[in-house]
Amino acid sequence: MSTRRDFLKGVLASGAAVTAAAVTEPAVARETKSRPPEALGLLFDATLCVGCKACVSACKQVNNLPPEFSTADPLWDTPLDTSAYTFNVIKMYRNGTMAAKDHETDGFAFMKVSCMHCADPSCVSACPVTAMTKDPVTGVVGYDPDRCIGCRYCVAACPFGIPKYQYDSPTGKIGKCELCRHRYKDGKYAACAEVCPTGATLFGKSSDLLVEAKRRLALKPGAPMKVQRGKIGGPDQSYEAVAGNYLQHVYGEKEYGGTQVLKLSGVTFEKVGMPDLPENAAAALSETIQHTLYANMIMPVAVLGALTFVAKRNVKHDDDKEGN
Amino acid sequence: MANHQHAPAPVGGSLITPTTLVAGVLVAIMAAVLLVRLFFGLGSVTNINDGYPWGIWVVVDVIIGSAFACGGFAVAMLVYIFNRGEYHPLVRPALLGSLFGYTLAGAGVIVDLGRWWNFWHIFTPGYINPNSVMFEVAACISLYILVMWIEFSPAFLEKLEKYDAKKKLNKVLFVFIALGTLLPMMHQSSLGTLLVVMGIQIHPLWATPLEPLLYLLTAITMGYAVVLFESCVSALGYRRSIETHLLTPLSKVMLGVLAAYLVVRLGDVVVRGAIVRAFGFSLEALMFWIETACFVAPLVLLSSEEKRRNPAKLFLAGVLLMLGGALLRIDGFLIGYETGDGFKYFPALPELMVTVGMFAIEVLGYIIITRRFPVLPREAATH
Repeated sequence: MSTRRDFLKGVLASGAAVTAAAVTEPAVARETKSRPPEALGLLFDATLCVGCKACVSACKQVNNLPPEFSTADPLWDTPLDTSAYTFNVIKMYRNGTMAAKDHETDGFAFMKVSCMHCADPSCVSACPVTAMTKDPVTGVVGYDPDRCIGCRYCVAACPFGIPKYQYDSPTGKIGKCELCRHRYKDGKYAACAEVCPTGATLFGKSSDLLVEAKRRLALKPGAPMKVQRGKIGGPDQSYEAVAGNYLQHVYGEKEYGGTQVLKLSGVTFEKVGMPDLPENAAAALSETIQHTLYANMIMPVAVLGALTFVAKRNVKHDDDKEGN
Repeated sequence: MANHQHAPAPVGGSLITPTTLVAGVLVAIMAAVLLVRLFFGLGSVTNINDGYPWGIWVVVDVIIGSAFACGGFAVAMLVYIFNRGEYHPLVRPALLGSLFGYTLAGAGVIVDLGRWWNFWHIFTPGYINPNSVMFEVAACISLYILVMWIEFSPAFLEKLEKYDAKKKLNKVLFVFIALGTLLPMMHQSSLGTLLVVMGIQIHPLWATPLEPLLYLLTAITMGYAVVLFESCVSALGYRRSIETHLLTPLSKVMLGVLAAYLVVRLGDVVVRGAIVRAFGFSLEALMFWIETACFVAPLVLLSSEEKRRNPAKLFLAGVLLMLGGALLRIDGFLIGYETGDGFKYFPALPELMVTVGMFAIEVLGYIIITRRFPVLPREAATH
């Protein structure tokens, strides 16, 4: 009899504690973050890219990265994808006869693959030791190997598959594009944009890049289009190009709350490897769950209090029975 | 007193048996593989890659291993929180399994960490990222391992005949029992939350904001299932009688939690509309049904009191629930995880040998401790 009554008391006490904690605790839903006002980024216009890969080579050079070989004779750097040793690649889309550039059917296109520098990055939310950080001013997502424990949760979390790990090293690090943040103090900027001969990759403030992207989308395909090379606001290196046959979509304007790297393309983004992402970042949902359950540790402490109370009584019973 | 005959006592007997020898060899193989890993990196012994950065060392050794180790928590909760003292003889053996499971899960994390020498950062203010689910899991599991060693220490104190120390410890033990109930609730649920930040990369059948609840409920069913499994195996191995008088009512508690899980799990996939993805030809759909079958079958298998008294059925139900919980985790983290084209993962042989070695340590440790320390209830007839 008494056992059953105690059992019920235990259920009630713990149930009450959990309910109380859940009811009194305001939901701390965390909204998806947006780009910082001074965020830096890139605009990649696939219709301007000629696939020369000067950006791939420059990226390796300024980041001191070794060549990677995918051909039988290891003659020159031929990475097939980004890796912990290759932070930037140009990938090719091919379809049918490949007759026309930037055509989805019977065409081909180029796509730059490198870190998107998300407004609300999954890798930064995932990292347990703050080795992945988002600069509060520039918004650049940077990595600090001295903090990193190598758990690779960032690798798993990123929807673009960007942070990558050195599996071939006993002291492996994560490798990813940091938008050449180490070059800013010398007045330089992202090497990929600096060397791009056609202005397909353009460096600048994300807000300026977004305006530029929308200007291009508003043009009629084939219309004359002045294109700046290097950096928005830098020395005038512009030339006369023609507007591409764009999809009316600036990739990165809204995906996951926005990314600082923006992209224009003539071929559907999913077909050139850019995932279809919702406007709400996964990091926001993950942190909402975490902080709803653990807000100020109120709920865990309340549950612990109830458990301690019940356990104290029941352990005593136990001792009595054993006659200790 | 009726309880006295159930007081724990060492089983005794030789430590060198075919089982311990085989386990010993497996542990030695694991040590060799880990040595290679230490000097040549994770890629030298595993097949993990940038598409599947977490292989079986994380998913099996840590995520599934720690859930298998929830027997101690699940039984202690029943005994001390819900005051079901009759299950007391099950506490120590279950706690021992948990102690090993969790300590090895902790060790498993270290060998998988790419930059393991920085591990202390996870406890250090200035490094900690409180937004990270991984931080919650790591801090909470580490603390729980500590708490569990304290919870289990009366067994060592008895063996060492330190009765004074044991008495003192017993006075404050309730604090550790309460902590030992709270902490697994926290990190077992968070292990599910780990999937949330992976967003669209997780197949809809396993991507839900209810992840923490699903992982918590299955950790409890796996905990009870492991107790059934362990009791049957140790009864067989040590030629002891099976404690059906405890296992039968325990299995009923287990079925209750299981029913609650199935309502949440199936309700969730239906409400989110993900269930349509289960009707189609894909590996994910097949795995979903196998996983669901493992959870539903025990409800049928143990549907009557008479069936619950049948040790073979209890054992089978236990194994199925362990498998179901393991599949939920493998499906979410590996099979239903899609990171993009071109990446494949299947564990390498040396990688598998480490996971096998981890389980071998568990078996070896369980045998040594139960033979030498007072863990299993005393057998009245044979001694």
